[in-house]
Amino acid sequence: MTDAPASILPSAVSGATASHWLRNHKAGIALALPAALVLIVLFIVPLAQLLSQSFKSDAGFSLHAYDRLLGDAYGRSLVWNSLRLGLVTTGITLAIGYPAAFGLALSKGALRSVFLASLFLPLAASVIAKAFAWTILLRSHGVINDVLIGLHLTDRPVRMIFTQTALIIGAANVFLPFMILPIYAVVAQIDARLTEAAATLGAPPVVAFLRVIVPLSLPGVIAGVALVFSLSVSAYVVPNLLMGENYPTLASTIAKAFLLARDPALGAAAGAVLMAIGLVVVVASSALARQSGSRRA
Amino acid sequence: MKISPFRLFAQIAMIGAALFLLAPLAVIAAASFSPTPVFDLPIGGASLRWYGAVGSLDGFWPALTLSLEIAALSTALSLILGTLAGIAIARGALPGAQTLSAALVSPLMMPGLVLGIALLQFFRSLGLTQAWPSLLLAHIVVTLPYVARTMIAALSRFDFAMLEAARTLGCNFFSAILRVMAPALAPAYFTAGLFAFLASMDNYPVSIFLTDAWTKTLPIKMLQYIDESPDPTIAALSTLLLVATVILLLIADRAVGLHRLAGMAE
Repeated sequence: MTDAPASILPSAVSGATASHWLRNHKAGIALALPAALVLIVLFIVPLAQLLSQSFKSDAGFSLHAYDRLLGDAYGRSLVWNSLRLGLVTTGITLAIGYPAAFGLALSKGALRSVFLASLFLPLAASVIAKAFAWTILLRSHGVINDVLIGLHLTDRPVRMIFTQTALIIGAANVFLPFMILPIYAVVAQIDARLTEAAATLGAPPVVAFLRVIVPLSLPGVIAGVALVFSLSVSAYVVPNLLMGENYPTLASTIAKAFLLARDPALGAAAGAVLMAIGLVVVVASSALARQSGSRRA
Repeated sequence: MKISPFRLFAQIAMIGAALFLLAPLAVIAAASFSPTPVFDLPIGGASLRWYGAVGSLDGFWPALTLSLEIAALSTALSLILGTLAGIAIARGALPGAQTLSAALVSPLMMPGLVLGIALLQFFRSLGLTQAWPSLLLAHIVVTLPYVARTMIAALSRFDFAMLEAARTLGCNFFSAILRVMAPALAPAYFTAGLFAFLASMDNYPVSIFLTDAWTKTLPIKMLQYIDESPDPTIAALSTLLLVATVILLLIADRAVGLHRLAGMAE
């Protein structure tokens, strides 16, 4: 893989117009080939193989694994649990992250550095450690309950750990940076003069914001929503540590099917369903991004 | 953007987000000084003994070394692959460039566990059972999207005519690349490398299927420690990793500027 550039460059150097060479089709293909090969061999082929396995049984082709996964109430609850985790986490992180991204973009100097550090630092901390920290904060004699009792808001500990509230708090916490960063990257590039221009033309601030700024920020929102949804719909560590067995998802089914139960067909089917969800997100987000991009142009 | 109530509201939202994001990190750091062998907030006194215990965790050093090796190598390989593909895409000389650039980023949207089992079965069908090469190949797929995303964007902004200008001014092809292209792309390299490296270091769902009893990466070891005995040693270990990251971020701020890092992370 890595010797491709070495074999390409000498012939390029010998040519008189080396940088023109970079524009050539054959060169383009040669440059893209190593990455494309890695993608095909290590990503597309294994996923296709997994997909085909999900249709396999002792008797050849069968939809048995899908029937077990989608045919009964428990199987459907797995799909619904995964989707609900993804949807609620995406909704909450968008509600917090959208204004926060503007807050970040409107800050300067030391404040901006502190904000950015608060986004990067959690990315660098292991998900495992963060999820475990939430179990400390949320448990019956944890920090949050101590504060609630101390403030006489409640006289006995509120049960939070191993509830869906805990799961959503933890998931929103782990995935929030992935919402704020893409929105910030787009919002920071919006020209402040646009709102001024809108104001000069007589638009009240709210209208200017809704008609000018919000549409311009959409590519960032699409990127953030796609990323957070696809990460949270398939999250494994967070539900595992904060809910344990109480919140079985497609992801935990995959892990159990392959690591414990030795039931590869069921695991592959659960994987295929998650894969389908992932594909929908990729296709939908790139279509939406293209649409909002063309509307802008 | 002169509307100041909006600005105030937005900044308060960001302050809230920052406190929310930092809360678990503060808990981890506090728990690492706990005087008692329970993973909890320190009440009455502080102790450094858990920091001493990190090094003697069963299997800690091999796991750390393995994670660093895999992260560094996969990031380096992804940087090479991503740059070459990024040049082809940015130059527009490639049929299907849009598709390729979407495809290169798509593993990011694919659930880690799905990628993990898919690769496990694929490697087994090829007869590849050793953990180390399996992990390296898998982590190239994990890191490549981060690199591709940043490098494609950076290369699209790079003015390739500068290479020609350098050639006209007497540089040969290599020194044109080295003296014109490399400095212009250095921030992008740094950003791409940092995110890819961190993604690999923290990866659990892909690695879990590819490790064996003797070859375990750090995140897998950490979950095992927490399952077996959640004592403050894990908090101390996490705090040390956080401190290492703070140092990396300080370097990043000096070299690139954190706001450019965030801009390129899009």
